[in-house]
Amino acid sequence: MNELYLILGMAFVTFIPRLLPSLFMDRIRFPSWFQRWLKIIPYAVLGALIFPGILSVAPDQPLLGLLGGLAAFLLAVWNLHITLVMLGAVLTVLLVQYIL
Amino acid sequence: MIGSREKIFQGIKAGSPLALGYFPIAVAFGALAVQADLTWVEATLMSILVFAGASQFVGVSMLLAGAGMVQIIMATFFLNLRHLMMSMTLNHQFRSFSAREKIALSFGITDESFAVLALGGQGGDEHQALTPHYTAGLMITAYLGWVSGSAFGAIFAGVIPGEITTAMTAGLYALFIGLLVPPIKKSPVYLTAAGAGMLFNYLAGFFLESGWSIVLATLCASVLGLLILEGSE
Repeated sequence: MNELYLILGMAFVTFIPRLLPSLFMDRIRFPSWFQRWLKIIPYAVLGALIFPGILSVAPDQPLLGLLGGLAAFLLAVWNLHITLVMLGAVLTVLLVQYIL
Repeated sequence: MIGSREKIFQGIKAGSPLALGYFPIAVAFGALAVQADLTWVEATLMSILVFAGASQFVGVSMLLAGAGMVQIIMATFFLNLRHLMMSMTLNHQFRSFSAREKIALSFGITDESFAVLALGGQGGDEHQALTPHYTAGLMITAYLGWVSGSAFGAIFAGVIPGEITTAMTAGLYALFIGLLVPPIKKSPVYLTAAGAGMLFNYLAGFFLESGWSIVLATLCASVLGLLILEGSE
């Protein structure tokens, strides 16, 4: 059952980084700059998650992800609900694939 | 406990776009896992125990390419180091939760659940103070979408056309963009951090593997944001 060990190993190393902060975060008194830093992290993470990953939505057609992202951006600037933003990007990418 | 039931329901509502977005991608994962000679039970078990899309795709692709167990597990570990930073941020927001709740909820941290939990309350129209019930409702909903999709894909490999999977992948990026836009419209510091995160990750991608480059880009971009914030006060 080699696969089972592989799955257990992957599960273990995936859980550790998620788990550690839940064990120690409340035992340490963090300075106030650290708390301000934690508030900024989500924006930095999301930026890094979006780009350049969005170019590989369809690995051979970077334009496809970009167009989906552009649609999402325009809808989000327009203050539409997050579900509509997602739907708009999905439909845009479907439509562009259908046309090309 | 009507309050907590309502919170669970709100969490399920906030998690349902994630479940819908995860499903076809999990189907693609299940189909790929079967190609890599995993049984449908093993593919589903991996989703149940690992619950991390990127590392599961990388793991199965490496398996297809003939990589060894240690290599795959190490790649998974480095790919997921970014969850350490996400978990720090979220556990700071979870500080009123019990120790047991924090440990249990840590398992459900993914890029997407993090994005909704960390940003959902800020700038959006539905302000949500995080409670254990809300968080659990959101995570369990997303989890069920991921696990059921994996089983479906492994059993009925090739049912969902590639075009739909591609479009749904774009949908998950749209989730990130939709969560990011309202706060960065209001705050130049957040805008800088997000823009720098993109730029640094793009640059780091030339010489680092994706797991490391996201970690490095996040660190640099968030420190840059902090310096600007401290400098402006």
